[in-house]
Amino acid sequence: MHIPDGYLSPATCAITYAAALPFWYVAFARVKCLLHTRTVPLLAVFSAFSFVIMMFNLPLPGGTSGHAVGVAVATIVLGPWASMVAVSIALLIQSLFFGDGGITTYGANCLNMAVAGTLVAHWTYMLIAGRAELTASRRVVAAAIAGYLAINVAALLTAVEFGVQPMLFHDATGTPLYAPYPLAIAIPAMMIGHLTVAGLAELVISGGLVAYLQRANPDLLAYSVSSGVADTRARASIWRSTRTLWFILAALMILSPLGLLVEGTAWGEWGVDDFAIGEARQQISSASGNEALPATVPQGLEHLAIVWTAPVPDYAPGFMQNANLGYILSAVFGTGLILLAFLLISRASPK
Amino acid sequence: MSEQSFVHREHRNRHHGFAERLARGVVQAVEHALEAEAIETRSGFLQGLDPRIKLAGFLALIVSGVLTTSLIVLVALFLLALVLALSSRVSVARLFKQVWIGVLFFTGVIALPATVLVPGNPVWQIPLLHWNVTEQGLRSAAFLIGRAETSATFALLLILTTPWTHVLKAMRSLGVPVVLVAILGMTYRYIFVLLHTAMQMFEARRSRIVAVMGGAQRRRTVAATAGVLLDKTFQLSADVHLAMLSRGYRGEVHLLDDFHTRRRDWLALFPALMLPVLILWFQR
Repeated sequence: MHIPDGYLSPATCAITYAAALPFWYVAFARVKCLLHTRTVPLLAVFSAFSFVIMMFNLPLPGGTSGHAVGVAVATIVLGPWASMVAVSIALLIQSLFFGDGGITTYGANCLNMAVAGTLVAHWTYMLIAGRAELTASRRVVAAAIAGYLAINVAALLTAVEFGVQPMLFHDATGTPLYAPYPLAIAIPAMMIGHLTVAGLAELVISGGLVAYLQRANPDLLAYSVSSGVADTRARASIWRSTRTLWFILAALMILSPLGLLVEGTAWGEWGVDDFAIGEARQQISSASGNEALPATVPQGLEHLAIVWTAPVPDYAPGFMQNANLGYILSAVFGTGLILLAFLLISRASPK
Repeated sequence: MSEQSFVHREHRNRHHGFAERLARGVVQAVEHALEAEAIETRSGFLQGLDPRIKLAGFLALIVSGVLTTSLIVLVALFLLALVLALSSRVSVARLFKQVWIGVLFFTGVIALPATVLVPGNPVWQIPLLHWNVTEQGLRSAAFLIGRAETSATFALLLILTTPWTHVLKAMRSLGVPVVLVAILGMTYRYIFVLLHTAMQMFEARRSRIVAVMGGAQRRRTVAATAGVLLDKTFQLSADVHLAMLSRGYRGEVHLLDDFHTRRRDWLALFPALMLPVLILWFQR
């Protein structure tokens, strides 16, 4: 699960760092806002706990044993934001001091385990546990499933990151320069181990820990970090902590027409028309390592192309004369839709 | 930690109980830290460089290893790592034990099937199985192992020749916020405190066992230990918080910055930073 240096291309590493960065920023800002002077000691000691949990060797049914990441445990006890920060810090110490996971791939490791793992664990736990009592057995099941799903989603992301490497990064002779296996091999290879041993380890530690805490100290299950008054205060100052991110988002929307400067269609985003035009065929072929294109439009593509027609084709509404303005409008509209979806999800999920 | 790591593990005594395994893991982690501290104090080339220069330089070298698309450059980088180790009194035996063998086992197992699974020009057919080992497959396996070995050797050299506190302080020069640097320093400290606590808890449990424990019972014990450790973690963080407040902590972190660069630091940094630039230039 911890990707070492050399498995991912520099471009993939840069993209995963960029993808993890906003989550780190918002998570740290929220945690700081909630905890004030408690931030440093709580995060430091809890990150150390996350590290220690990763060293536990769990006896599993069937006689094997496995290590857990403990991401669901951190999420259930600390809440998603503090968990993201704590697991990221534990991963940084693992990679820098203990050589477990690479330095260039640290962004990818955090994106897979700390960010995606935490979010999946949080949503699953909230969805299944609902408003059940702190001591209800439903919470044990919720925690166990949250742990199992979180680690498997993280493994799937890792497999996808591995699987796209040979497709995108190879030399002129076709030698893969980084992880050598395509998605068809990378995904089953990663998932078999995680759907069984590693997933089971996560299931045992998450469910087992919640079951223990219900008997010994149920208070710890009540989101000890982000509950009550502190949460209200955090909501009030959410604008202050995320202000910079909103400005960056606005700048990105305005810069979106930059995409028009690049000639040709994005790799893999070809339509039926592109297979018919000679110039477009030439571009597809040269972008795909001079692979010969089929003489006619692939049947599957032709068949599926009529299933869904985009309301705003090619990011520019038909009535818009200026393509740049159309691009900006599409960016604003698309981002608005995503924000609305997240707003609805956050309203719908039980507090 | 179940994967590639600097912590040297022995897999011989598999029949040992989980308490022993954890205890051995803790001892090995502490040993790694102590050995690193011993090597840091030796007088050598890397030990004499400014930590900020070392951190930036090693990052540039690791990035170079990932950037290059030439096996010759990768071999040259690996030899450079070897020269740096020898000039800093880090023995080949240590590199072999802590990095090379571990990476070879972990990455080697992953890279080996690539020699037959990657399509390309066949160079040899495996007898009986009739699988073709391809030139592209061999090269891709060499890239994967070469990159993993070289990067991990550079990363280990940084840790072995620089005190952890200096690595953290040096992070500030790369733009890491000061609060995060303080948290990382404290996390490192409390990892050993909590590992020690966990080990004591397992020892205490083991000394009270009179019969062989079943699987379910062992799982319950581990979950209970993790639960108690979590409780202790919160108590510890509350204690640390109070101790910090009593010493005047009001939420602002100040670290002493007493590093000074000399001419030889810049002379070492310049080629290290030029390397990825040159690689990118020639690979255009």
